[in-house]
Amino acid sequence: MINYFWFTLIGISAIVGVLTGRIDQLNQAIMNGAKDAVEISIGLIGIMGLWLGIMRIAEHSGLINLLSRALYPVLKPLFKELPEDNMAMGAMIMNLSANTLGLGNAATPMGIKAMEELQRLNPDKESASDAMCMFLVLNTECVQFMPTTMIAIRAVEGSKDPAAIVLPIMISSITAAAMSVIVTLLIRMAYRRYKV
Amino acid sequence: MNSLSRYIIPLLLVGIPFIGIIKGVKVYEVFVEGAKEGLKTVVNILPYLIAMLVAVNMFRESGAMEIVVETIGRLTSAAGIPVELLPLAILRPLSGSASLGIAMDLIREYGPDSYIGILASMIYGSSEATLYVLSVYFGAIGIKKMRYALLAGLASDVIGILISCLIASLLF
Repeated sequence: MINYFWFTLIGISAIVGVLTGRIDQLNQAIMNGAKDAVEISIGLIGIMGLWLGIMRIAEHSGLINLLSRALYPVLKPLFKELPEDNMAMGAMIMNLSANTLGLGNAATPMGIKAMEELQRLNPDKESASDAMCMFLVLNTECVQFMPTTMIAIRAVEGSKDPAAIVLPIMISSITAAAMSVIVTLLIRMAYRRYKV
Repeated sequence: MNSLSRYIIPLLLVGIPFIGIIKGVKVYEVFVEGAKEGLKTVVNILPYLIAMLVAVNMFRESGAMEIVVETIGRLTSAAGIPVELLPLAILRPLSGSASLGIAMDLIREYGPDSYIGILASMIYGSSEATLYVLSVYFGAIGIKKMRYALLAGLASDVIGILISCLIASLLF
């Protein structure tokens, strides 16, 4: 998918660029794209390191664990079909907590672990279970308390207040997560009824 | 709103190590160990950034983006979404790296404190690259039939983007 997507992007761009006679801009765009990527990355190293360091302290202090326990009552009603006290729930909570704090890279291994546990409870190993679909939506539409990457980028680009987006993102992600859960339940119902 | 969020970062920066010290965590050593991940993370992101920034730059400068945005833009600007954000909204569910590249570009071009800059951070921050997560997670456990996962994921992305626009228009 991403292969076709990327190739379509550069292919169409090259064709349109030639047709519109913007070949010089196209050359410039290619060079600048590569250069920008490196400049942005170098700017990010410091701030990313800072946050990942702080978050590691949070993990060792048990703060992430605490967040896990706070999230449990919220999650339980969404995964009624899962047995009490199973590994899947624990791994999902860890993954969502990490996402909440903007720890994208720490979250991925936990997310895969959660999926493995859900797969163990899945009767049809080839098809995604309802719990998996719900977890996926929660994972992608996760509540954000600490949008680390965006704060970092805003700081690098010279924002007067890089953290100004923290509260707005909190509000919009909580609203969006709640609505997404409702929509997912509706899609699940429609899917069961009509097998779309 | 702004003055409140200005306190969040210093608070976290002092508060988290403070709790760590109380809990007997070797805060300095643990911090350094975590910070090392930063370098690794950025090095891991770089190849994706190069690929996507080059492609996205080409797409924008060649005039191809204008054609796409003009076509869909009439609909979305009626709904109050600035046309400049359309590429980000379109790419966000498809690719984390491409949308990060576009968000960075928007923030750089319009300034991080402009309405478009803020909305770009909000759209990026409150949604996720569904397609990537779907392929990584389901790929890892060998799921072949995704059932309604993709539909639900994409629907939530649309919800996330629309709500970001709504909240931003209310707050800023």
